[in-house]
Amino acid sequence: MKILTAPRMERCIGCHSCSLACARLVHKMLSWDMAGIRIASSGGLSTGFEARTCLACLPAPCAAACPTGAYAQRKGGGVIVRKNLCIRCGKCADACPVDAVFLAPDGEPFVCIHCGRCVVYCPHDCLELTDVGTEGAEESNARESAS
Amino acid sequence: MTGETREQFKVLVVDLPAGRGAITSLEGRDSLAGGSGLTAMLFDRYGLPDRPWDDPEQPLIFAIGPLTGYFPLMSKTVCAFKSPYHDQYAESHAGGRSALSLRFAGFDALVIRGKALAPSCLSVGSRHLELKDVHFLWGMDLLRTGKMLRRMYEGSGHRSILRIGPAGENGSAMACINVDTYRHFGRLGCGAVMGAKNLKGIVILGDGSSPLPEGKAYPKLFTEVYRKMTDTDMMEKYHNFGTPINMAILNGISALPIRNLQKTSDPGIEGITGETFARDTLLRNAACAGCPVGCVHLGFVRERFMEENRYLYRQVSYDHEPIFAAGAMLHVTNAFSVLTLLDTVEREGLDIMSAGVALAWATEALEKGIVTTRETIVPLKFGDETAYREGFHHLGAASNDFYRLLAQGTMKAAEHYGGADFACVLGQEMAGYATGEVFFVSQALGLRHSHLDAGGYSYDQKDKEPDVDGAVRFLVQDEQARVLLTSMVSCLFARGVYGDQVLSDCLRSLGYLNLADGLGDVSRNVRKLRWRTRLRTGFDPRTVSIPKRFLEVETWRGRIDSAYLNALKDAYAGAILALGEEDA
Repeated sequence: MKILTAPRMERCIGCHSCSLACARLVHKMLSWDMAGIRIASSGGLSTGFEARTCLACLPAPCAAACPTGAYAQRKGGGVIVRKNLCIRCGKCADACPVDAVFLAPDGEPFVCIHCGRCVVYCPHDCLELTDVGTEGAEESNARESAS
Repeated sequence: MTGETREQFKVLVVDLPAGRGAITSLEGRDSLAGGSGLTAMLFDRYGLPDRPWDDPEQPLIFAIGPLTGYFPLMSKTVCAFKSPYHDQYAESHAGGRSALSLRFAGFDALVIRGKALAPSCLSVGSRHLELKDVHFLWGMDLLRTGKMLRRMYEGSGHRSILRIGPAGENGSAMACINVDTYRHFGRLGCGAVMGAKNLKGIVILGDGSSPLPEGKAYPKLFTEVYRKMTDTDMMEKYHNFGTPINMAILNGISALPIRNLQKTSDPGIEGITGETFARDTLLRNAACAGCPVGCVHLGFVRERFMEENRYLYRQVSYDHEPIFAAGAMLHVTNAFSVLTLLDTVEREGLDIMSAGVALAWATEALEKGIVTTRETIVPLKFGDETAYREGFHHLGAASNDFYRLLAQGTMKAAEHYGGADFACVLGQEMAGYATGEVFFVSQALGLRHSHLDAGGYSYDQKDKEPDVDGAVRFLVQDEQARVLLTSMVSCLFARGVYGDQVLSDCLRSLGYLNLADGLGDVSRNVRKLRWRTRLRTGFDPRTVSIPKRFLEVETWRGRIDSAYLNALKDAYAGAILALGEEDA
């Protein structure tokens, strides 16, 4: 079981290639927001950058907060989201302690599915897909759930 | 895309006195692409060629291109305005997050008209338009203004903050617009245009999204282009030492302007080469949004402010041109001193290239007794960092009549006080290349009066024999290739990757089929429209003169050939007139 981590954000140059790749490849959108990883300056450009992405909580507070079962715990950490079950209530985003869930203007949630497609687009190797050694959820399910 | 056709530009036109805006859809995509072409078209529509630059109705225009955000290094914005420097149509380009912010805000261009009733900050986004009274920021230096605006507005990381410093408020023709702390719309005084509009800041919130084309063609092409930018050595020059690599190269071939262009080579330049900056001062790199190359080099200034070991530090971006202007031209040959001066200039909101060259002229004028310290206030002296720190502050603050006039352009001051022979002005204060006749003519007559109008500096370095027709042909063709890129709006560092075929493929993958097929016509259209717009605002290339100092330059090829330079100038002026008058 793999999760996306951002262990070397001190190297980040703020190019946004990771989040643009997520939006492009996972969500088929041109967007800074509709992505599972979003880059923010941490108090202005002079202080560097931080990645807003799912920390793969286990248990995940967003899944616990979801009233319709659209969010399910992902084995190894993180969540699987079934958007056809989502009522756009926004409780997932409220529950996330690290602002990792983006809500589109219509309430659609966007959260990292730990697929790692952003990793290869980082020119400075800031990101990493880390094996947490748990077997379980299939990546195909996860991808499907994001579309 | 969301509803509007690909052939139309979506433009937000803001009426500052009313604090309101209107969306306008305009035809022209297939013939002008965007960027430079779009700004010229919008100036044709909204500009007032016969009225002065600070007429409240003159537009301040920002535009991006069809590929912005969709492909890497399509990361620049074109700003167009009537310039306080020469009261003619002008363009300045910048990166940072401005381009992607405009893309995600949903606009091809932003046009700002009128004058706000009080010092204000305009914020726009995909679902947002607001004009906020920020009278409390008026007079504040540029960096502190940025910090305040950052706190006042939401959207960290996904927005662009444009702002001016005191120079822009004072109507300086050298006032820049700072973009996201480390990038600038630097040249020809657009900062003063913002100041004249009572606009201290502009915040562009990139909070919108749009669907991408179905299928695999677009993401596949994206990856191919991205790999060329990152996996090959094509961009090595830009992300390794960055543009300051030119310092040692130009110094080595006696083509670096030093001490107000009294010299073109000096052993002391060793202290301010790109290699020295990288080894001693480089703190980290940064990138424009949408560019994995990361050419932005950030050095640091460290200052002991108390006897006890109490220090502060600040980060300062550097590049070849700023190092030339605050270093070589002033003969300041210590890298940390140069960074300190860049930091000072940044606070004032001045264009470092114009400001550095202006103080270099003032220093020589003081040496020659043309002006005294009654005018310069401080005893400006080549190599004296402390004096230049004060000098830059006086220039930004327009502290007396001398600095007020100098801030309108070095030649304006020289016309009043004398010393025009050694004013290093090629349309505006020179860029950092003393390579020879073709570059001097290219900057003096080029539309932006920039080293980037055409590659005259590289033509010179190929050690060609004087060839007026060949050089003019090169300038005209190279300009055409560059305006195609500045209409997309690509970073010009990517010009090796974005050839016509790649551009055409990129446009096709997004559904811009007519545009993809018509790039030759587009670049000709844009070039013609830009020159026509420029000429309509009063530019006459036949009247441009090149100061005597440029004829005294010695490069590795020997003395400048004044007969060649003059013949080239006349021939290029004729070519420009022909380009602009075509079908007019």
